[in-house]
Amino acid sequence: MTETLSINKRDVQPTAKRRWRTPDAVLRLLSPVVLLLLWELASQAGWIPARVIAAPSQIGGTLWAMIVSGELGKHLLVSLQRALFGLGIGVSIGVAAALVSGLSRRGEVILDSPMQMLRTIPSLALVPLFILWFGIGEFTKIALIVTGTTFPVYLNLFAGIRNIDPKLIEAANTLGLNRRELIWHVILPGSLPSFFVGLRYALGISWLALVFVEQINTTAGIGFLAGDARDFMRTDVIVICLLIYSVLGLLIDGVIRTLERFALAWRPSFVRN
Amino acid sequence: MPHLEAPVQLRNVVRQFGQQRVIDGLDLDIAPGEFVALLGASGSGKTTLLRSLAGLDSIDSGQLRVPKARAAVFQEPRLMPWKRAWKNVVLGLHVADAKARAVQALTEVGLAHRLDAYPATLSGGEAQRVALARGLVREPKLLLLDEPFAALDALTRIKMHRLIIELWRKHTPAVLLVTHDVDEAILLADRVIVLENGKIAEQLTIDLPRARDPGQAGFQAIRSRLLGLLGVEVSAPTVGLAQATLRRFAHA
Repeated sequence: MTETLSINKRDVQPTAKRRWRTPDAVLRLLSPVVLLLLWELASQAGWIPARVIAAPSQIGGTLWAMIVSGELGKHLLVSLQRALFGLGIGVSIGVAAALVSGLSRRGEVILDSPMQMLRTIPSLALVPLFILWFGIGEFTKIALIVTGTTFPVYLNLFAGIRNIDPKLIEAANTLGLNRRELIWHVILPGSLPSFFVGLRYALGISWLALVFVEQINTTAGIGFLAGDARDFMRTDVIVICLLIYSVLGLLIDGVIRTLERFALAWRPSFVRN
Repeated sequence: MPHLEAPVQLRNVVRQFGQQRVIDGLDLDIAPGEFVALLGASGSGKTTLLRSLAGLDSIDSGQLRVPKARAAVFQEPRLMPWKRAWKNVVLGLHVADAKARAVQALTEVGLAHRLDAYPATLSGGEAQRVALARGLVREPKLLLLDEPFAALDALTRIKMHRLIIELWRKHTPAVLLVTHDVDEAILLADRVIVLENGKIAEQLTIDLPRARDPGQAGFQAIRSRLLGLLGVEVSAPTVGLAQATLRRFAHA
């Protein structure tokens, strides 16, 4: 059996060595590059008008100009501040509410049902009401991000707290942990993975809300840049804005992954590799 | 001579769920340093009894006295996955030299090299040894073992039997072992109690000299008697040649 196997291998190996193999990374890049080239050619030939979408070369040029002039940086900073500010408040409220209703029966009775009712309202549907209440200024924008991010954090952390293995709680009780120690050593670390799931959702939503609120009466931010570009039919700037949104989304997700790697170092998936 | 009071005293203990009496007027004393094994079919009330002794369940009537210093090891290790082995050992222990105590306890169970390991990286046997260290580091007067070896492979189980006897001799807690395994009960315990319908159906004092093994004279007789009480019919015990020559030593 072993011999047959080794004979087969000897048969196969020389042919595999003779043929030059393209690295996967190059192959993976191939189709996007071909697409970009086709797009560029079509734009140059006039088949795709600039008001439908600008040529890749033009987008690249505009991007470079915007970076050099500092215009992009300025708008980016404003957007980032908005998102992080709203996210910070939303996550804080979500965590506080989840702790209150997760850790006490009375807290759950008081808090959970209103939270469950409110979470069914899409936060963007609140825009008309918020504009009436708070006007069209910065407050409304932040408030919308806050309402969007509070609930995913609340729901996941609450579920995380309630779903801790009761056997671990029992073990903690036989070890003589008091309530404070139980929360600190067992319940909070045990619910941390669920918290991170909620945080991921919240980030996605904060980004979505940002795109939306920055279309209302803004003078700075990526959303403003996109709206402005629309008025002047600058498809190159619109594409740049889309790029920025996706790159920032990826970056923040990377930050969360790194945080998880440290905070959840004990999880089998992290421990083993 | 100082009067040594039994650390565990149960008088007419009743625990019922709905109309069903899971523990039905149970009397039980466990002497200091005594190793008691509790056998019984599923639903005989042995786990309920252990949970009451561990303080995880209440009783409905009767008297139950247990030492405050008690520890429990369950079938699953129940370690906190987010704490390293030594942190698990001293969890809830309020002493100044916690780390040193943890090192000592883990050394006793042969895990001095896994102090900083997360539970996810431990094998089943290693995790169960950490759980044992976590119990013993509290110097319990009563050690409760709820089928702690049931989930381990046969070889690991033999090693654990030896380890538990070694540690029991060193720390001298009273031990209550709940098990399904008749051989395990005879190998380890001073006294085997058979529980049936929440009452003690029978108890046997095992006075076989230690280190015990199933090939020992008298072992098979006790085994068939206990199996009979548990409703398993066994033909007359035959200590064959194979068993006599291939002796399995459960503990040194």
